[in-house]
Amino acid sequence: MSYLFNTDDDRKAMLQAIGAESIEELFRSIPAETQLSRPLNLPAAMGELELQQHVQALASQNQNVVDYCCFLGGGAYDHFVPAVVDEIASRGEFYTSYTPYQPEVAQGNLQAMFEYQTMICQLTGLDVSNASLYDGGSAAVEAVLMAISVTRRSKVVTCDTVHPHYRQILATYLQSLDAELVVLPATDGVVSLEQLQACVDDTTACVLIQSPNFLGSLEDVAAIAELVHQHKGLLVTVFDPIGTGILARPGDQGADIAVAEGQTLGTPLLFGGPYLGIMACREGLVRRLPGRIAGQTVDRKGRRCWVLTLQTREQHIRREKATSNICTNQGLFALRATIFLSTLGPQGLADTARLCLRKAHYAARRLTDGDRFSLAFEAPTFKEFVVRDRENRVGELLQTALEQKIFAGIPLGTWYPDLADCFLVAVTEKRTRDEIDRWANCLQTGTAAPLPAKNGSTTVSNPPASQHA
Amino acid sequence: MRNQQATQLVFELSRVGRRGTRLPDCDVPSDEPIESLIPADQLATEPPPLPEVTEADVVRHFTNLSTLNMSVDTHFYPLGSCTMKYNPKRNERLAGLAGLAQIHPLQPDETIQGVLEILYAVQEMLAEISGLPAVSLQPAAGAHGELTALLVAAAYFRERGEKRSVVLIPDSAHGTNPASAQMAGFRAVSIKSTAKGFVDMADLDAKLDEQTAVLMITNPNTLGCYEQQIEDIARRVHKKGGLVYLDGANMNAILGIARPGDFGADMMHFNPHKTFSGPHGGGGPGAGPICVAAPLCDYLPCPALVRDGDDEQARYRLNYDRPHSIGRVRSFFGNVGVLLRTYFYIRSYGADGLRRVSEDAVLNANYLLSKVRHFLPVPQGDRCMHEFVASAEPLKKQKGLKQPAMDLGKRLLDFGFHAPTVYFPLTVHDAMMIEPTETESRETLDAFAEALFRVIEEPAETLSDAPLTTHISRPDEVQAARKPVVRWTPD
Repeated sequence: MSYLFNTDDDRKAMLQAIGAESIEELFRSIPAETQLSRPLNLPAAMGELELQQHVQALASQNQNVVDYCCFLGGGAYDHFVPAVVDEIASRGEFYTSYTPYQPEVAQGNLQAMFEYQTMICQLTGLDVSNASLYDGGSAAVEAVLMAISVTRRSKVVTCDTVHPHYRQILATYLQSLDAELVVLPATDGVVSLEQLQACVDDTTACVLIQSPNFLGSLEDVAAIAELVHQHKGLLVTVFDPIGTGILARPGDQGADIAVAEGQTLGTPLLFGGPYLGIMACREGLVRRLPGRIAGQTVDRKGRRCWVLTLQTREQHIRREKATSNICTNQGLFALRATIFLSTLGPQGLADTARLCLRKAHYAARRLTDGDRFSLAFEAPTFKEFVVRDRENRVGELLQTALEQKIFAGIPLGTWYPDLADCFLVAVTEKRTRDEIDRWANCLQTGTAAPLPAKNGSTTVSNPPASQHA
Repeated sequence: MRNQQATQLVFELSRVGRRGTRLPDCDVPSDEPIESLIPADQLATEPPPLPEVTEADVVRHFTNLSTLNMSVDTHFYPLGSCTMKYNPKRNERLAGLAGLAQIHPLQPDETIQGVLEILYAVQEMLAEISGLPAVSLQPAAGAHGELTALLVAAAYFRERGEKRSVVLIPDSAHGTNPASAQMAGFRAVSIKSTAKGFVDMADLDAKLDEQTAVLMITNPNTLGCYEQQIEDIARRVHKKGGLVYLDGANMNAILGIARPGDFGADMMHFNPHKTFSGPHGGGGPGAGPICVAAPLCDYLPCPALVRDGDDEQARYRLNYDRPHSIGRVRSFFGNVGVLLRTYFYIRSYGADGLRRVSEDAVLNANYLLSKVRHFLPVPQGDRCMHEFVASAEPLKKQKGLKQPAMDLGKRLLDFGFHAPTVYFPLTVHDAMMIEPTETESRETLDAFAEALFRVIEEPAETLSDAPLTTHISRPDEVQAARKPVVRWTPD
């Protein structure tokens, strides 16, 4: 096997040095009757070429967003990833290293973490960021647990405009804890301030909202913040990192903890993971923040450098008293986000956000200019919106589009029975006017113009492997 | 040779007006003012104050940063309990294929049959390797797997009408175990270990009762010893109606040799980023798939990945109709990229190859142990599984060092070796936990042992000043924690 070193001669010599008769002797501490007496039942080994052919055949059974035109969002988005992100993140010095337990030989990772944390503060308008969590959903849940711990209160209020997966994870985590979860129904696609007012009280640890929310609408974050703060609860906001190019930042709108799915910052869709959980908070909450944090200090010669810090919050020191059980972060994906944001800069992020906004609004208008489709809600939207099909044939419609190589939207009936006649559409900066027109025509007429060459081409379907994911 | 600009922060390289990329012009009508689309109070007055640098700045900055790291690709990295084995390049390339990397998690099932087939195969492989039949790939890391399995156990007992509140954990366990127990609503109770890291049976018996929901155990344990009483321990736990959870951190020692399901575990997690070569990524991503015994199957997270029909006609789908499930623990389907690499890895080795992985991991560790024990005490004795724990305690007296394990580790950096894990497990004084893995040569192990031997002979001042040749000397961690500076701010 090509990854192993020991030849038969090595094995003999090593056994001799150890003073063992055989390899079996090294396993003698495992009772014979426990040892597996047969080979594992696994498929036969494959060499590299064989494996490549096998995996390519399997991969080709999936329809991908290079060959298909993607209008799917719902928490994972087809944004542009500049080449430098893959090039740098595929350097072995980054991706084959581990947690910087020895800071003297991990300054590259630590400095990148520190830069990441700074950029997340810049995106959120908050004071402190950790070095990342698993994904947007776990970040949202960890934020709620943090709020429960900080406030020593047990009621958690959210709304069904928050990503259904995030709410499901929250319900899973809270089932074994002494906490009450209230999920308010949306009114016209947003949180109802009246309902919220009636529900939030002095036992409320936090309110969890998302803006732009799962249905694409902007929530009135500032008003919600004021309401929560009147009762001395915390506001946890799920935000869109790309949106911060033009939208007000969660910290500026009054959020105490901001969380997000960071996949949009330089990571391909990867069938849902690994992704990047972003989490930032106000200064006063830092000692309750879960996950790793890099901090600045000096070495013995007074040179600026970086270390993991505030580790007394963490499980390897505090064990059952830790702020969370989380051990790993998503270091490689935090690095990708850092490279991505450095490359875009303020102007690139603003341009990206503006393109998403313009194209999404063009798409919405283009699709709803006939009789069949309308926008389900009136609230302002950013890059995602809900379309209602007056003929209530969403499944059939999306299937027709699929045959035209278009992922036209996400049906909503599974999560929102009231919206069974609706689908969710996301438009990123990558969608061209041609693609949007084809999409709209296809949904309106059931057919689409022939595919332009660049979409039908498969020559780009094998991008460089460095898609480290 | 060193580029002094390398350690400037990217923010310090920033100059107003520089750009790293240009987005296309807007090709849809855009004459409407933005304020007519988004209310003014929801708009930012200016974009976030990110750095303004060119693409070449980005490349040079981060490339130089990368050279400040030790990594498996560049150095021997015997970090105990982390299994820092070689990360095959073919796996990176294959995971990047458009048909695997460029697919959206909410695409219809019929458009993702290839990836579902791979993930289903991973479930079957993990079930076979663990000896536990039901698998969930959702957990995103080992600790997440622990939490998920404990929630499964809680649901199981709840449904049986049993109130059990305690999780027993040996004191040599990883800190995630008690933290996960706490998050799952249990009370963590510690069990003593013997000097060799085995469970103290008298203490187990004293603490085991009808309140015990789960015993969490790491086998081979964190000292690198196979827990010979494991089946007896499992029997005692089962007799009281409790469940046994195996922390699979050390599975690299027993692939194809012993199976947790056969030695009494009811639940376990794998760490594919350790055992199955997923790159550690500077701190993640990992994955934490769990395997459970049949009676626990119904409680696994939702959705489940299932197959309808036989081989040629097989179709795969995500099943959400699971009324007893604890629910979802992660958005979408988990850290798929890490699980793909698991598949590539296991397909590359096959059954004989995987057994050979564990044989060589154990052979390499024993070989290194046979050298190291001549100059450092190894309390567990002269044999180990895939790793062993030496104690640097004698150097306290001999050289007057306060933290000799740390000092030795730091000095090894100067010799081009990553330090072992130090001061873990807590049950060995001045622990140095050494895990060579199977992807190292005898020459590398000899060179490491030689370096460790030389380092031990060095004067105390050299050791407490080390490292001397790295990019920085020891950082002041106390200052970092006392006055935390956790982001850059302009002067």
